[in-house]
Amino acid sequence: MQEENDNILEQITSSEYKYGFVTDIEADEAPIGLSEETVKFISAKKNEPSWMLEYRLKAYRHWLTMQEPDWANVGYPKIDYQNIIYYSAPKQKVTLDSLDEIDPELRKTFEKLGISLDEQKRISGVAVDAVMDSVSVATTFKEELSKVGVIFCSMSDAVQEHPELIKKYLGSVVPATDNYFTALNSAVFSDGSFCFIPKGVRCPMELSTYFRINAANTGQFERTLIVAEEGSYVSYLEGCTAPMRDENQLHAAVVELIAMEKAEIKYSTVQNWYPGDKEGKGGIYNFVTKRGICAGPFAKISWTQVETGSSITWKYPSVILKGDNSIGEFYSVAVTNNFQQADTGTKMVHLGKNTKSRIVSKGISAGKSNNSYRGLVSVAKNASNARNFSQCDSLLLGDKCGAHTFPYIEVKNNTAQVEHEATTSKIGEDQIFYCNQRGIDTESAVALIINGFAKEVMNQLPMEFAVEAQKLLAISLEGSVG
Amino acid sequence: MKHMLTINDLQARIEEKEILKGINLDIKPGEIHAIMGPNGSGKSTLASVLAGRADYEVTGGSVQFNGKDLLELSPEDRAKEGLFLAFQYPVEIPGVSTTNFIKSAVNEKRKYQGLEALDAAQFLRTMKEKMKLVEIDQSLLSRSLNEGFSGGEKKRNEIFQMAMLDPKLAILDETDSGLDIDALRIVANGVNQLRTKDNAFLIVTHYQRLLDYIVPDFVHVLYNGRIVKSGTKELAFELEEKGYDFIKAEVNEATA
Repeated sequence: MQEENDNILEQITSSEYKYGFVTDIEADEAPIGLSEETVKFISAKKNEPSWMLEYRLKAYRHWLTMQEPDWANVGYPKIDYQNIIYYSAPKQKVTLDSLDEIDPELRKTFEKLGISLDEQKRISGVAVDAVMDSVSVATTFKEELSKVGVIFCSMSDAVQEHPELIKKYLGSVVPATDNYFTALNSAVFSDGSFCFIPKGVRCPMELSTYFRINAANTGQFERTLIVAEEGSYVSYLEGCTAPMRDENQLHAAVVELIAMEKAEIKYSTVQNWYPGDKEGKGGIYNFVTKRGICAGPFAKISWTQVETGSSITWKYPSVILKGDNSIGEFYSVAVTNNFQQADTGTKMVHLGKNTKSRIVSKGISAGKSNNSYRGLVSVAKNASNARNFSQCDSLLLGDKCGAHTFPYIEVKNNTAQVEHEATTSKIGEDQIFYCNQRGIDTESAVALIINGFAKEVMNQLPMEFAVEAQKLLAISLEGSVG
Repeated sequence: MKHMLTINDLQARIEEKEILKGINLDIKPGEIHAIMGPNGSGKSTLASVLAGRADYEVTGGSVQFNGKDLLELSPEDRAKEGLFLAFQYPVEIPGVSTTNFIKSAVNEKRKYQGLEALDAAQFLRTMKEKMKLVEIDQSLLSRSLNEGFSGGEKKRNEIFQMAMLDPKLAILDETDSGLDIDALRIVANGVNQLRTKDNAFLIVTHYQRLLDYIVPDFVHVLYNGRIVKSGTKELAFELEEKGYDFIKAEVNEATA
């Protein structure tokens, strides 16, 4: 019986990765390996001003002095940083007058991913920046956004067109020296997205970036920077996929968010990098640093993430609550399967008075995977009346997987209220049989139960993404009633 | 008249323990059968085996349900063929609203029957209708399935699901256990209103009191894995009066 149930669970949880195709387009690549030459090569490719090159070189030199962190609850063979291509750009015409000129193969790739770069998006009302390997391929709705003063462009363009903003904010939340992977990213980042929402503007549409690693042996090091000025609002979505390859590919991104007084940034991720095959071969190493700062009073930053891909995830989207009365939120569903490993969570750093944070983490483990929540709630000496509520729930499918919780709490002000709740449960045979007896097959029953488990987080996602995310969790039954 | 359910010499065990040792039972459309018996006699096992719970291994015998070999069907297909089990201990599914759960179940069954899924409006209309039958409140249905429900609410929710799924054969597994007299009346009332000449009920109970409200056509006494006595509702009164001991004594005498 147990065996049979496990078999069913195994079938459900081992469905094939759908985005594993490779696009056959010529790429313009940096020579393999990392050196000052590589950094200079990337900077030159992007025609960067000297201050940007200096920033990169400084980061590179610092990286050389650092050690790869090993405290996370994950294990993997040592990465050979000299065996990675740090820059790979699809070869195409140097400048594009319109989106129509994009390489048809590239367009097909994004269409397969369900991202049409043109008119279809007008209907769904999402502005998209698509990043393939190392460069941004196209940004939609640029003009319409610029009418209200919103800047949404690739990081490369931003360096050229808005150097004063980039100089001011790049690295201001996540310094190049922050950790091993941020130093690496700061040295070799190739592209990413930049958003700037001016004072008082409510961004009229969802902004979205789609990241895709295509070329073999390539690392993707993107950089995202979002600045929301006083009283502004933006909702930003990020999606990612990669081809199926036998070797592991490295993804080390940095995301920085800055919310000024009364500004709100909502950042949602559906991460579906290739997780490796059923034997644990291949897959993306997803080592990402995401951090936001509520720089002014009453600012708010929400991170929502649905993590289903990558062979290893190492990621802690954090909020620094500097402004008084500011709010930080973290909603996460992390699914691990087969041999996937995830060590993810958040840091809520309370510096201002009356600051509030809320953490809702839902971990789902299946197969032989390991899923860890790691979180820090820190309340500084002057952060009076800080409040935090954390809830970490784990759901196990089968009996060969693991769920772990590492909550760290550091409180230096005795007016703080910090609450932590944690639960671990298994999908019970009783629950599945109950569904079966109502005519719901086991596959749908598991989807239903998982959906229910993750509901609180899924509800946080913008509509456009919620559907995709539900599909990702193999969920289809949550209807419009109730 | 055509048989709906024919159980022939059904034997089943859990792990190494024989529980059902040869059950024979015929149920025709329009009939209500009650299965009574002391604790541990195999009543709930019979209900579970018919519904297809995998903990039990069928070691012999056969079960025909509307001309099909029931034991060959998966639990979900048995449900979609029209077999419903009202659970003694309904499970909780956090985060899944009762309404959505029932909607999924109803539409799975419709799909099986080759019917279109009900849209939201149609579903709500049916729901409103059936809610009256079991005096169940809308607010209960928007909550997570059975989560934090009282014992009575859980049982009423079972009967409500039964009403929504409109089964051919409904098995009530000790639905009366843990119910106060008002809840018992509501549950029984629901069953009586759902009763037609085309459906049938198999009511598993320890006590006679539910049968004051749902009047069975036949009463069977299960003891030690076998039906040892069958009769009409008068048998239930006799059991109530004399307890199960006289049955045990009769059986022991016969086998001695």
